[in-house]
Amino acid sequence: MTWSAAARGAHQPDNTAFTQQRLPAWQPLLSASIALPLFFCAGLAFIGLGLGLFYSSNGIKELEYDYTGTAGTGGCSACALADRGRAPPPPCSCAWHFSLAELFPGPVYLYYELTNFYQNNRRYSVSRDDAQLSGLPSALRHPANECAPYQRRASGLPIAPCGAIANSLFNDSFSLWHRRRAGGPYVEVPLDRTGIAWWTDCHVKFRNPPLVNGSLALAFHGTAPPPNWPRPVYALSPDPNNTGFVNQDFVVWMRTAALPTFRKLYARIRQGNYSAGLPRGSYVVNITYNYPVRAFGGRKLVVLSNISWMGGKNPFLGIAYLAVGSLCILVGFVMLVVYIRYQDQNDEDEDEE
Amino acid sequence: MQREPAAAEEPGCPGGRRRRRRRRRRPGDGRTRVVRSNLLPPPGVEDPAAGAAKGARRRRRGGAQRLADNRLKTTKYTLLSFLPKNLFEQFHRLANVYFVFIALLNFVPAVNAFQPGLALAPVLFILAVTAFKDLWEDYSRHRSDHEINHLGCLVFSREEKQYVNRFWKEIRVGDFVRLRCNEIIPADILLLSSSDPDGLCHIETANLDGETNLKRRQVVRGFSELVSEFNPLMFTSVIECEKPNNDLTRFRGCIIHDNGKKAGLYKENLLLRGCTIRNTEAVVGIVIYAGHETKALLNNSGPRYKRSQLERQMNCDVLWCVLLLICMSLFSAVGHGLWVQRYQEKKSLFDVPESDGSSLSPVTAAVYSFLTMIIILQVLIPISLYVSIEIVKVCQVYFINQDIELYDEETDSQLQCRALNITEDLGQIQYIFSDKTGTLTENKMVFRRCTVSGIEYSHDANAQRLARYQEADSEEEEAVSKGGSLPQRGSIGSHQSVRIMHRSQSTKSHRRTGSRAEAKWASMLSKHTAFSSPMEKDITPDPKLFEKVSECDRCLAIARHQEHPLAHLSPELSDVFDFFIALTICNTVVVTSPDQPRQKVRVRFEVKSPVKTIEDFLRRFSPSRLTSGCSSIGSLATNKATHKSGSNFLSTLSNDRTLLKLEEKLSQPTKAIASNGYSSGAKEKEQEWELRYEAESPDEAALVYAARAYNCALVDRLHDQVSVELPHLGRLTFELLHILGFDSIRKRMSVVIRHPLTDEINVYTKGADSVVMDLLLPCSSDDARGRHQKKIRSKTQNYLNLYAVEGLRTLCIAKRVLSKEEYACWLQSHLEAESSLDNREELLFQSAIRLETNLHLLGATGIEDRLQDGVPETIAKLRQAGLQIWVLTGDKQETAINIAYACKLLDHDEEVITLNAESQEACAALLDQCLHYVKSKSPCSTPQKTEGNVSVGFSPLCPPSTSTTSGPSPSLVIDGRSLAYALDKNLEDKFLFLAKQCRSVLCCRSTPLQKSMVVKLVRSKLKAMTLAIGDGANDVSMIQVADVGVGISGQEGMQAVMASDFAVPRFRYLERLLIVHGHWCYSRLANMVLYFFYKNTMFVGLLFWFQFYCGFSASAMIDQWYLIFFNLLFSSLPQLVTGVLDKDVPADVLLTAPQLYKSGQNMEEYRPRTFWLNMADAAFQSLVCFFIPYLAYYDSDTDVFTWGTPITAIALFTFLLHLGIETKTWTWLNWIACGFSILLFFTVALIYNASCATCYPPSNPYWTMQTLLGDPVFYLTCLIAPVAALLPRLFFKAVQGNLFPTQLQLGRQLAKRSPKKLIAPKETFAQGHLLGEPRTESSEQRSIKTSGPLSQDCTSQASWHVQQPACSPEASGEPNVVDMNMPLREDILLEELSGQAPGSVPREAILEGCSGASKMKPTSTSRTAPLSSIFNLPNFSSLNWISSFSLVSGLGSILQFSRNSLQMDKQDSEFLPSPPQPDQDLCGLSGQTTDYF
Repeated sequence: MTWSAAARGAHQPDNTAFTQQRLPAWQPLLSASIALPLFFCAGLAFIGLGLGLFYSSNGIKELEYDYTGTAGTGGCSACALADRGRAPPPPCSCAWHFSLAELFPGPVYLYYELTNFYQNNRRYSVSRDDAQLSGLPSALRHPANECAPYQRRASGLPIAPCGAIANSLFNDSFSLWHRRRAGGPYVEVPLDRTGIAWWTDCHVKFRNPPLVNGSLALAFHGTAPPPNWPRPVYALSPDPNNTGFVNQDFVVWMRTAALPTFRKLYARIRQGNYSAGLPRGSYVVNITYNYPVRAFGGRKLVVLSNISWMGGKNPFLGIAYLAVGSLCILVGFVMLVVYIRYQDQNDEDEDEE
Repeated sequence: MQREPAAAEEPGCPGGRRRRRRRRRRPGDGRTRVVRSNLLPPPGVEDPAAGAAKGARRRRRGGAQRLADNRLKTTKYTLLSFLPKNLFEQFHRLANVYFVFIALLNFVPAVNAFQPGLALAPVLFILAVTAFKDLWEDYSRHRSDHEINHLGCLVFSREEKQYVNRFWKEIRVGDFVRLRCNEIIPADILLLSSSDPDGLCHIETANLDGETNLKRRQVVRGFSELVSEFNPLMFTSVIECEKPNNDLTRFRGCIIHDNGKKAGLYKENLLLRGCTIRNTEAVVGIVIYAGHETKALLNNSGPRYKRSQLERQMNCDVLWCVLLLICMSLFSAVGHGLWVQRYQEKKSLFDVPESDGSSLSPVTAAVYSFLTMIIILQVLIPISLYVSIEIVKVCQVYFINQDIELYDEETDSQLQCRALNITEDLGQIQYIFSDKTGTLTENKMVFRRCTVSGIEYSHDANAQRLARYQEADSEEEEAVSKGGSLPQRGSIGSHQSVRIMHRSQSTKSHRRTGSRAEAKWASMLSKHTAFSSPMEKDITPDPKLFEKVSECDRCLAIARHQEHPLAHLSPELSDVFDFFIALTICNTVVVTSPDQPRQKVRVRFEVKSPVKTIEDFLRRFSPSRLTSGCSSIGSLATNKATHKSGSNFLSTLSNDRTLLKLEEKLSQPTKAIASNGYSSGAKEKEQEWELRYEAESPDEAALVYAARAYNCALVDRLHDQVSVELPHLGRLTFELLHILGFDSIRKRMSVVIRHPLTDEINVYTKGADSVVMDLLLPCSSDDARGRHQKKIRSKTQNYLNLYAVEGLRTLCIAKRVLSKEEYACWLQSHLEAESSLDNREELLFQSAIRLETNLHLLGATGIEDRLQDGVPETIAKLRQAGLQIWVLTGDKQETAINIAYACKLLDHDEEVITLNAESQEACAALLDQCLHYVKSKSPCSTPQKTEGNVSVGFSPLCPPSTSTTSGPSPSLVIDGRSLAYALDKNLEDKFLFLAKQCRSVLCCRSTPLQKSMVVKLVRSKLKAMTLAIGDGANDVSMIQVADVGVGISGQEGMQAVMASDFAVPRFRYLERLLIVHGHWCYSRLANMVLYFFYKNTMFVGLLFWFQFYCGFSASAMIDQWYLIFFNLLFSSLPQLVTGVLDKDVPADVLLTAPQLYKSGQNMEEYRPRTFWLNMADAAFQSLVCFFIPYLAYYDSDTDVFTWGTPITAIALFTFLLHLGIETKTWTWLNWIACGFSILLFFTVALIYNASCATCYPPSNPYWTMQTLLGDPVFYLTCLIAPVAALLPRLFFKAVQGNLFPTQLQLGRQLAKRSPKKLIAPKETFAQGHLLGEPRTESSEQRSIKTSGPLSQDCTSQASWHVQQPACSPEASGEPNVVDMNMPLREDILLEELSGQAPGSVPREAILEGCSGASKMKPTSTSRTAPLSSIFNLPNFSSLNWISSFSLVSGLGSILQFSRNSLQMDKQDSEFLPSPPQPDQDLCGLSGQTTDYF
């Protein structure tokens, strides 16, 4: 056999599985014997998963209240009317009263929701300067061009934080009050306003500029707040750890929403008596109504919700799984019928000849 | 001597010129080149010793005439010019411009979608990859150039007054070069001196055209007479010649000597660059053309660029995509304009004014949006598409090259793909145009029989000999196919007679050295003799003729010193003698003899290269070893083994001179064996055996070898004399006066000689019978002699026809005796013609015609050109594959028809329409008549025919693909003259119409131009994909015109190969090339292109749907990185792997069921409908993949990119799953590629999302992926969305695959079901023994399954035939009507039935008893021919299958309890309105069905 290797012609191709295209291959055929079990199994699995998802989503409690103030819905319509016309709307407040017959299991999250608000519109969503927000002093003084026209004030002062997103910061505020029994006093429910943003956002992406003389205000000296802001960025919150660029409301707002209808987390309720959830009783949400949305047809909602392992309430996934699962089963049955008839016909064909 | 060369007024001409005639050409038209010795001072420079001025002078002269030097520079770029030039070339591609444009758009701030640098990245990447590839190619060219440029050769140096070694690149026009034997010629050199006393020089042009025979070149007239050695310093003549051109076969010019005399220069004087000097010790010449002006390099055009049909179609679809892109962008722009208008005036918080604070007008916003949309949606036109396609094609070419089944062991050559980008065209061929000689046949000419003086010599022994070769061939194949069973043969041989042993040995040696393996040997051992296989050489003489020749010889030997020796012979014997003399000398065969070197030539030892003797040695050595029972090697007994080991052994020693001695010793014992039992005169043989004939064409060699078999051996040929040796007469030396070479117009050649015996001047002419018969001396029927002559002629003509019928190539041999006066008269004009410069060819042609008249017919020869192995099988397969095969040959009609029958192109059972028209009108009338006839009998006009087949236009016509399965379509035979008429503008449509309906078309006597015209016509008029295959120079034009040109790399030079896109070693490889590789390439590429479009549309769809939710603001939820690199990195590898490796149907199934090829012809995989379906599916999938995440994240606090990333992931999973559905074979490479894609995506995403917190505005996806990975919803959506998106496709595929499977799917199922059973049927195909095979073979099962889908077709057709018997009597009269699938199916069904229901076995027995023929069933689908031979009683056969058909259906009805009558095929129910009762007498049933018709 020694000669066989040596005797190969110089141009003889290698006789390997690869060069001869003989690699062992799995050849899946969508024959009925494979397709039917596939469809049935997938269908069953999906239905099972869908049921689980559906129930876990259904277990989530959600309370929402539209406080936009369209004609005659609670006290906010007055505020809604009041904001019309004037650029810095006058402070106005309204309230949402609701009562819980039973415990609203925790942890409870307080969201605000905006509709018809195109945070994802391209010119808006690019109008920010991440370098500035990361506390870079040079970027603080020289905001990126993307921020224009909210790059500099007419006076020439750089805007901090610059850009349209920051300028349109949501500035309604909420407080939640609880009355255990009728006629009792309202007790304020402590709202945890920290920990609502991504940890990486407020610790890595967003940084305050280095303090000047231990003062954040001095660090922002020489910058101007965005035109719509009534107060400078360092005065966003009295909490020194939650003000400036790392103010969590601000950070949450800066994470531009994917869709024109979106929620943003306002606070978590997890302190004191309310760590287990909201006990039964009547509640009132006091709303400071600042943010004008009626002009462009938007709505504002305040939402109380708890979450499950899969996040907030969204029955869709469960339904989708159920639908796809049943579709699979249906398809499986159709195929079964088809297969039987085909077999039948096949045999017939063969017999007839 | 009359025409003055043109260059007298050229500026460089020396002034010493007296005779200046009027110019025929306008002066200064620059059509000549003047070359003078570089050793001479330039004209006007007095001081000859100005050595320093030489360089300057040269430069000046070079500048004036712009003569190229010999430096070879094939590189395109220099270091400096690379970047600009390469970029410039790359931007010729429109796609590149487009992508750069889009990338540049990103630099406009108002519209940019991505970071500008990032957007450029993919374009730059693609450009860089291409540039790198170009650079690499250029570098390798540079290296090879460098190597060639630094070869050395001897150039005469003026300073040193001798030849010195110089590099090739330093050679200049006008230099004197001295070349020794076996050196390669560095430039085009005019031969001035040769060591050969006759001024001859032999060259081998293998490098140039692949021809391995020696060509003779001659020293310029006037220099050959020099007695002393040529001294370049004395060369003062001026050479005028043509400007450099690429015509290898032409060179004209003249040399003007100092004394004003001039001599013509012809191509015989020119040594071409790249050739090798052989058999000549040393030559000296002056360089005429150098470097890039040499003919070899001018001929070297780069690779051809063809665009495949699929690519054209794809480009069209790319345009659709562009349109789609523009539409989407426009839609989006309008939407954005409206959106801006709506929200701007409301002072929305999210509305961003212009940077100067003014509000953006909606129109401007729309325009910006439009441009940004184009950037974002650019992936719709995939940047990677072209690159991927190129990669896939390169890989396909690699795999085709690597296919061991396409490797020809004999020549050690594999298939070459010369065109890289039309591999998929191979899968769509509809018409094959084939040459005959050398393509279908071996081009191995063997003298078969001859007729002399009207008497035929049948050479029966010779025929037997040839038959043995044939037999032995197949024997050997068997042995090879059996694989390990070779030693067996040795053992058989040992106890059988020596004769048998010898036979097999001679076969082996034939296959070894004699076959085309020689070609390989030649290149390996640098020397060989073409056309000299034992089969061609060892002709067994006819005893009667041999006797006559001997008699002539004896008579003449006695009478040679008398006055008229020939007069002593009877006219017949005289003819016999002349006949053999003509065979021997009327050619250009060069005699080389290794053992008896011409002393003038072989002065030096190198001249006699040891190589030839090694080859000799080998040939003799191995048989002797084996016959002498040298057990150690003999037991190996496989000739390959000895051959190969021998070759290796020898090649290592090839230059060892001891080998020569070895050979001497060995030659003695072997000789006796080598000159086997066929040779009679062993004494002479011994000497002749050593003679080797270097012939230019195989026919010549065949004739010379034939003459030698009659002991009339050509022993020597000089340029002015030919020597023939006869046993008694001894050596006869003929003075060779002229050779009028062969040309394709005259179709004959002649030699003019002075006969040594009679001293007469004789002209011997050898040529095509059609030409020569017309040139014969008209003989009066008055005298007896004339009548006799006439009789001879008519007899000869009869025999010629007979030969043609046998498929032999015929040549007529004629003679003319010239009187001295006639000769003188002719000579005068001939010399004039020879010396003319301008239209020398024309004049020589005229002169030849003047000479070749009034010939006396001597006889005719029949030369056999054997069919190549496997040609009939290949043709049958190709035909089954729906290809229409046209044979275009230059041969005469009868020969062509017979070869066509032999290779099963024509069938004896079918009609042949022959079109031989003498005039245009006759041709038109004939065409009309034929058309009418064909129409009247063709069943194609009925609607049933078209069902099931997508035909190309022409609704009343049979699509070519049906012609194989349908009834008998006639074949068309047309001769060259009629073809010329038929190709006329107003007849071509009719001709095509007729040809289209014919099963096969045979064009005889067609010229190369006609061949190409036919191809062009079919290609343009029928819009069909054409393939032309040929081996010779006459096929080049046809090969170039066709969509795919295939060259056979055979003996007839390399011109066809050079012009071709693919070169195969033999015709039979075409089957695998087309049916397997063509199909694969097409299907892979089509699927990949479709997938590409799908992928990009789907991806773009996601972005587009998002526009509805972001105010059409051209915002993207998918991060820019993912957008840009998705196509390039994340999703490209799996599709490449699939595009390269996927096999929709395994090779063996494709080969056993060639019908599957039709899917490519009908463009089933990729046609507009599939494209749009594909796009619709893409749109649907993108909807699903967009809205599932949309709804899942609706009303949540997710941000844009946290939402977009799952969508990207979903898209990736969907793509991979989609690819998974489309991939038919999953190898580990597919798995790895898919895994790699997913891994790459997540790795890149994770790294990217962790790398920088503030970079990559505007997306800034810091920690997004990490967050998502902790989110269950991410996984949930990633699971459901792809499944939901692909569910419809999966469902569709599954249902369609089960209900309406395409042929390909059935093939796949078949392969899946019985992967191991596929080997068995192959042998039955090869054997062709189909009858009475026991059913143990599992092949039936398989073939039935394949035929399943077909049979629906068949049944409909068959039923049709039965229904309208009156309409087409021929149809039922033709066995072909009965589709082969039918009996088959019946067969299998029976088998299945017996398996299913044991109770039915007796029924089967009855059935077999009733229909006696049911036992004789072919067991494979592909055999039509045996089928027809079985069922030669057609009515019976059709009835037979119908009856069994109904029987089986009856049985089936019993077996199938749940019978639904609606399920029955329509036609079936027509036969059998009610299923027969189970107990019904089956014989009676068949009788009943018989009554039906």
